[in-house]
Amino acid sequence: MKKTMKNSRRSPFAAALVIAAGLIMSGGGYAFATAAVESATPVSAVSSQEQVAEGEKLFLANCASCHGKNGVGTPNGPTLIGVGAAAAEFQVDSGRMPAQASGPQMQVKPVQFTDEQIDAIAAYVGSLGVGPEIPTEEMIAANGNASKGGELFRINCAMCHNAVGAGGALTEGKFAPALVGVPADHIYEAMLTGPQNMPVFNDANLTPEEKKDIITYLKYVETNPSAGGYELAGLGPVAEGLFIWIIGFGIIIALTIWLGAKSN
Amino acid sequence: MSNSTTTKPKGSFLANRANYLDERVGVAGILKEFGRKVFPDHWSFMLGEVALYSFVVLLISGTFLTFFFQPAMTEVVYNGVYGPLKGAEMSIAYASTLDISFEVRGGLLMRQVHHWSALMFVAAAGLHMLRVFFTGAFRKPREINWLVGFLLFVLGMAGGFTGYSLPDDLLSGNGLRIIDGMLKGVPVVGSSISSLLFDGEFPGHAIVARLYSLHIMIVPALIILLLAVHLFMVVIHKHTHYSGPGRKDTNVVGYPLMPVYVAKAGGFFFIVFGVIMLIATTFTINPVWNYGGYDPSPVSAGTQPDWYIGWLDGALRLAPSHLEFQGLGGTWSFNILIPLLVGVLFLVVVGAYPFIEKWITGDEREHHVLDRPRNAPVRTAVGAAGVTFYAVLWAGAATDLIATHFKMSLNHVLTSIQILLLVGPVFAFWVTKRIALALQRKDREIVLHGRETGRIIRMPHGEFIEVHEPLDKYEMYKLVDFKSYQPTLARPNSEGKITVAARVRASLSKFYFQDRVTPVGQVELAAAAHHEEHAPAIEAKPETKKPAAKKAAPKAAAKKTATTKKASTKAPAKKPAAKKAAPKKK
Repeated sequence: MKKTMKNSRRSPFAAALVIAAGLIMSGGGYAFATAAVESATPVSAVSSQEQVAEGEKLFLANCASCHGKNGVGTPNGPTLIGVGAAAAEFQVDSGRMPAQASGPQMQVKPVQFTDEQIDAIAAYVGSLGVGPEIPTEEMIAANGNASKGGELFRINCAMCHNAVGAGGALTEGKFAPALVGVPADHIYEAMLTGPQNMPVFNDANLTPEEKKDIITYLKYVETNPSAGGYELAGLGPVAEGLFIWIIGFGIIIALTIWLGAKSN
Repeated sequence: MSNSTTTKPKGSFLANRANYLDERVGVAGILKEFGRKVFPDHWSFMLGEVALYSFVVLLISGTFLTFFFQPAMTEVVYNGVYGPLKGAEMSIAYASTLDISFEVRGGLLMRQVHHWSALMFVAAAGLHMLRVFFTGAFRKPREINWLVGFLLFVLGMAGGFTGYSLPDDLLSGNGLRIIDGMLKGVPVVGSSISSLLFDGEFPGHAIVARLYSLHIMIVPALIILLLAVHLFMVVIHKHTHYSGPGRKDTNVVGYPLMPVYVAKAGGFFFIVFGVIMLIATTFTINPVWNYGGYDPSPVSAGTQPDWYIGWLDGALRLAPSHLEFQGLGGTWSFNILIPLLVGVLFLVVVGAYPFIEKWITGDEREHHVLDRPRNAPVRTAVGAAGVTFYAVLWAGAATDLIATHFKMSLNHVLTSIQILLLVGPVFAFWVTKRIALALQRKDREIVLHGRETGRIIRMPHGEFIEVHEPLDKYEMYKLVDFKSYQPTLARPNSEGKITVAARVRASLSKFYFQDRVTPVGQVELAAAAHHEEHAPAIEAKPETKKPAAKKAAPKAAAKKTATTKKASTKAPAKKPAAKKAAPKKK
């Protein structure tokens, strides 16, 4: 055995084999490493030139009438330079943009574009200036600390969105929407960009880790139904009061009438 | 009695036990007295029962909760089973509420039973009050019992509020903060009262324990005491009944307590209990785990009190916010004081209503036959105005939810409700009064001419008439058996002066009784019947009937037509005497 090993090491192909193996390892490893790096970088970072060009076309056709050519803004719509790809993706992917009618707040509508088109628009808007970028899957995964997220949510968000994210009213027809059923990436982007009447919670206010905790809390509330039964939309005492008066007393009064009826 | 003591009773086991008890505590006498109490049958008489039974459920479930609840505000780190709060700092009160919800067997169900039955209790008490109000059951001799019932309603609100704040969660803490703000808005003594209640600056470390003492001892003890008084007076006064043949102010027509009502009421208790249990097992109420422990810095959107405090919260929301002035060595928060005063005034008027009405009518007779609401048009209209006022305040507590759910501007909703608060009661008063008078006229029409059958026949001479079916005597009794008051005049007192009070009373009397429809009397009825025999033509009828109704309505006391008609009616024959007697007394 020893002999054969020695022999093979001295074989004329040995050098070639070693070189080949070395090349495969370093090259393959490099390729693997770059692939991993690519997948970790935000989408906009790898947005290709043609994606941006496609986005510009869509922008000119659907957005420029209010936001102006090159996103410089008009009296009807704010400039989009520097709002970032995250803002564009939030607004378009949630169906708020393109706006249907002016009003106190842009309403959620059925989404108008395909995912590729939305990516393209986001890439174009992102290319207009430096701004918040679309979060990665890892940043929005609901695997943070729900307890900490709940506390942060109550301190920072509940005064508008309600303690369980059932939504609430703001002045003059504006409102904070309900957060049940809102995808995690939209929640993250909304915190990052402060759409419409919402304040910006940048990474200095709420670190990415804390944003993740908030998303974890909201997803927990969303996916874990109340231990006490049907929740009456999480609206609290008003819904409970209406329930007892209409349903509770509906039943009770029907029963009193039944008991008070004369037997025929 | 002497029989049973001398001879050995021979009977069944039960009879012997009963005899044993009777010889020692006289149960036979008690049963004879109570067992033969008569209660009339009507669904609306069971609303008070619902309140009573909900209260029993409250006591049962509340006792369970006291076994596990810890009313302390010491900070602890939560380490229970509810994930999203693990590691959070909170008070012991809140932690023990979470433990009751998630770790005590049946704890969450009991919490929900307790809370739903609290909502049911106050609602049933409120509905019961409305029934008593609209049927005039608060009249002599029941004015004091109205007052007791009113206090029970207020105590119900107090019990609810003190209980609502116990879990020390964010929602109830926000509610307490509002109370703290209201207390501090009271001039001069406000901040002292607040620091007395909270043992220093809000929130302090004492409030939960203090509210707990009130909630499980003082308030329920007072409720039980007043309930006993309330029921005792029902026994003394006997139950009221609706008008019908043979039902008078001197009797009660119905079934005896034993065995009919004992069975019915006993069964009804379990029905109410069952409905509460069904709701409590199916629907979440006050999910405290969602709100987190109390922290004075966050305020959640959609923070509302339970429904029975809602009208006060609404008053606070509807008050214009800029009514705050600096001066005279302090801040005068009329945006807080006005709602407080409006709330207190509203309660005072509700509590004092029987006395107010009695002062206006001067009626010293006992009333055991209930009014149909239409037969007291102004009282009914006042009640409708009060209900509207309360309901608008109530809606005011939900301005934010109305705005978001109906996609309206919060500011517009608020302004609309402010306007509605002032206009709504007036409108409700007017509409209700008109409807009540119209229904009374319809009753007159039916009594005098029977019901329209929709059958048209042609007379031999070519005339078409609709056949009217005469009312049977039992039906008719219900429609004619009521009393109609006349406005009184301001009379001079013994010194010959017309006092301000007398003038106020006279004008209120005019306000109450100027527009009225008198009940159909014998003479009128006879005339209508006579007329019917001779000419059954429908065209002729309105001519004889219309002036009667018209005269009755507008022209005030003095007019002879009204007084003669009154004399002809059978029911109010005694009334002028009572009317005269009252002013003399003063």
